[in-house]
Amino acid sequence: MTETGGDAAGYRLSQIGVMVNFIAILPGMAFPILALTFGVQNSNFGGVSVPLMVAAWLAFSVIYFALSWVRFRYYTGDADIRIESGILSRSARSIPFDRIQDVGIEENFLARIFGLAEVKFETGSGKGDEGKLSYVTTQEAGRLRTLVRGHKAQAAADGAVHDIATGEIDTPPLYAMDSRRVLTLGFYSFSLVIFAVLGGAAQQLDFLLPFDLYDIGAWLGIAADNRSAFDDISWSARIIAAAAALLALIVIGCATGIIRTFLREYGFRLDISPRGFRRRRGLLTLTDVVMPLHRVQAATVTTGPIRRMRGWYGLKFISLASDGTNEEKGDKDHAAAPLATMREIRDILAAADIHAADDHLDYKRGQFNRGQAAWWMVPILIAILLGLAAMTGFILFAQPGWNRSVLLLLPILLIAASAMAYAGWRCSGYAMAGGQILVRHGWWRQTLTIGQMVKIQTVSIAQGPLSRALGLCQVEFGIAGGRLTIPGLKRAEARLLMAEVIRKVSAVDYSKISRHDGGPVGTTV
Amino acid sequence: MQNLDDAAFADNARDDAAFDDDALTAIDPRYIPATRINYALLMLFPIVGGVILEYSLGRYPGAFLIPLMAAAAFIILRVPGRKFRQWGYHMAPGHIRIISGYLFNSDTIVPFGRVQHIDVDQGPIQRPYGLATLTLHTAGNHNSSVHLPGLAHADALALRELIRAHIKRDML
Repeated sequence: MTETGGDAAGYRLSQIGVMVNFIAILPGMAFPILALTFGVQNSNFGGVSVPLMVAAWLAFSVIYFALSWVRFRYYTGDADIRIESGILSRSARSIPFDRIQDVGIEENFLARIFGLAEVKFETGSGKGDEGKLSYVTTQEAGRLRTLVRGHKAQAAADGAVHDIATGEIDTPPLYAMDSRRVLTLGFYSFSLVIFAVLGGAAQQLDFLLPFDLYDIGAWLGIAADNRSAFDDISWSARIIAAAAALLALIVIGCATGIIRTFLREYGFRLDISPRGFRRRRGLLTLTDVVMPLHRVQAATVTTGPIRRMRGWYGLKFISLASDGTNEEKGDKDHAAAPLATMREIRDILAAADIHAADDHLDYKRGQFNRGQAAWWMVPILIAILLGLAAMTGFILFAQPGWNRSVLLLLPILLIAASAMAYAGWRCSGYAMAGGQILVRHGWWRQTLTIGQMVKIQTVSIAQGPLSRALGLCQVEFGIAGGRLTIPGLKRAEARLLMAEVIRKVSAVDYSKISRHDGGPVGTTV
Repeated sequence: MQNLDDAAFADNARDDAAFDDDALTAIDPRYIPATRINYALLMLFPIVGGVILEYSLGRYPGAFLIPLMAAAAFIILRVPGRKFRQWGYHMAPGHIRIISGYLFNSDTIVPFGRVQHIDVDQGPIQRPYGLATLTLHTAGNHNSSVHLPGLAHADALALRELIRAHIKRDML
C-alpha cells in the first residue's frame, strides 16, 4: 500500500472511546434485558440463566468494541483521509479533501466528560455514513478540522470569494398562496387516510372495546338477526342509503384533505435571496427553510388530469440528500409551489436557472420521445394470457354450486389494466434540450422531471430477464437526492443516450458546480 | 435550446471507445472459486431447512431435497462462471464503466469527477484468494455505491489510486 502522508503508522482512536461506545449502547440494551427477564420468567428456563445471558451479552459487546478499536486506523495524507476498519471484513476508505463538504464535531454529554469528540466527514454522498471517527480527543478533532479547512481555503483561493450579506430585505415574494388557494389545494388533496388511521387505532386499542372486533361469528349473527329488517327496505331506499354513504365518504375525504393542507401550507411564501430559496409555511408549526440554489439538482412539475384542466401545477425541487437536516429532520420534501399556474412555475424555475420551453412544460404538445410500447403492453399481454387460462380452468372444472358471474369481473379488470398501461405509455417520454434532460411519466399523477445534465452522478443501463427477451432496457440516472428513470428503450438508443450524457457530464467536475458560490462550505461544531 | 441532431449524436457515440464491448477488462478468474465458497455457505441454510422438511413430513422421499440440491448445484457450480463471464470494467480517460449482474444486468458509467469517496473491501472469503471489492460512492441516490468485486487486491488499490489521482487533477 502506498502512503501519501508522513504518518505511515496511522492514528488510532482514543482508548477511552471504547468505553464511551460501550456505555452509549447500555440504555438501548435496557429494554431487551427487561423483555428477556419477563419472557424467561414465563417459560420453563428458570430465572437463573438471565444474569448469565446478560453477562455474556455484555462481554461480547466489550470484546466487539475492543476488537473494532484494535482493527481501526486512520491516516491523514496530503490529498485524502484514509480510514481502515473492520474486524473480519476489512474496509479501506479514501476520502479526498476536495470532496469533504463539512466536518462535524459532535461532543455528546458522555464524551465531554472524558474530553472526547466524534468527528464526521460529510461528502454529500447518497448514503450518510461516509466517515465517522468515534471517538478522538478534542485536540485531535480540532487538528483534523484545521487540516480540512486548510485544504478548502487553498482550493477556494483560486475562485473568487464573496461573502453574501444575510440581511433581511423586504421584497415581494416570488410565490405565495392565499387562503383561497390553500382551500383549492385542500380539495385536490382528497384523502381517505382517516380510515386507515381509525383502522390502525382499532387494531392497537381493541382491548378497550366492549366487544370483540375480530369475532366474525358475532358480526354474522347481528347481520342474520337484522336480515328480515334489511329485506323489508325498498330498492329506492337502498339506493338512497348507498348514495348517502358515498356522499359521507366524499365529505370526510375532502374535510381531511382541507384540514391537513391548512395545517401544512397555510401562509405559504417563497422568497428568493442571494442565499437561495426561502420557504415559510405552516399554521400551528411554522417552518422556515432555506434551500441553497447550488444544491438544487433537478425540479419536478406535477399535475393530474383534473388539475391540468384547471391550469394548476405543483413544483418540487430535488436537492442534495444531506440538505435540510438541520431545518426539518427527516422531511425530504422540497416543495417550492404546491399549487401554481404555469406562469408562476416558469418564474420559479427561471430563478433556479432551469429553463423549460412551454411546449415541454405543457404535457400535450411537448416533443417527447416515447419509449417502446412493448415495455408497457407485454406484461399486460402476459396477464391476459394468464387470465384466459384461469377462465378456461374455471369453466372446465366448474362445480354446479359456483357463481359464474365472477367470470365477468376478469375481463373488466384486464381491460382496465390494458387501458392504464396504454395511458401510462402515452404519458411517458424523455427529451433533451439546452443541456437539460426532461423525463415525464404517469397518467394520473403526471410528473415531469427536469434535470441539468451536468448534475448527473452516474448513468446506468439496466435489463431484467423479461426486458432482455424483448430487447429493451431502462436507463437510470443517479442524481443527488433522487433518480431519473427512462424505461422502454431499445439497447442501441439507450447506449446513445448514455454516451451523450457522459460527454456532457465528464466535461465538468461536480464539486466545482456544487460549490460555485465561492468560499469553503462552513464547518459546524 | 436545440433538439438533438440524430446523425451527429450517433457519430459522437461511434468514435467513443468507451462503448466498445471489446475494450472490457475481465475480472480476476479467482472470483469463480471465491464466489462458489460464498454461495455454498449461503445455500447451507435452505439445505438444512430442506433436510428438516424431508424428515419431518417425508411422504415422498426426496420431494424437497432433490429439487433443492439440483438448484443448489446449479447455483454453486454454474452461476459463478456465468457471472464471471458477464462482469467486466473499462477505465476510460474520464470515467469507469462497470458491467454487472446476472439475471438483472446493468451497465453503469461513473465519471471520475462525480466520485465522492472510494472503498477497497476485503472479506474473509476473498482474502485467501487475494481478491478485493472496489466501491465508488457518488452523491446520487440511485447507484450511490457502485461495486466492482473480483479484483486482485493490488489491482483494486491501483485503480483506487488512479481514480483518486483523477479527482485531484480535475480540481486543479
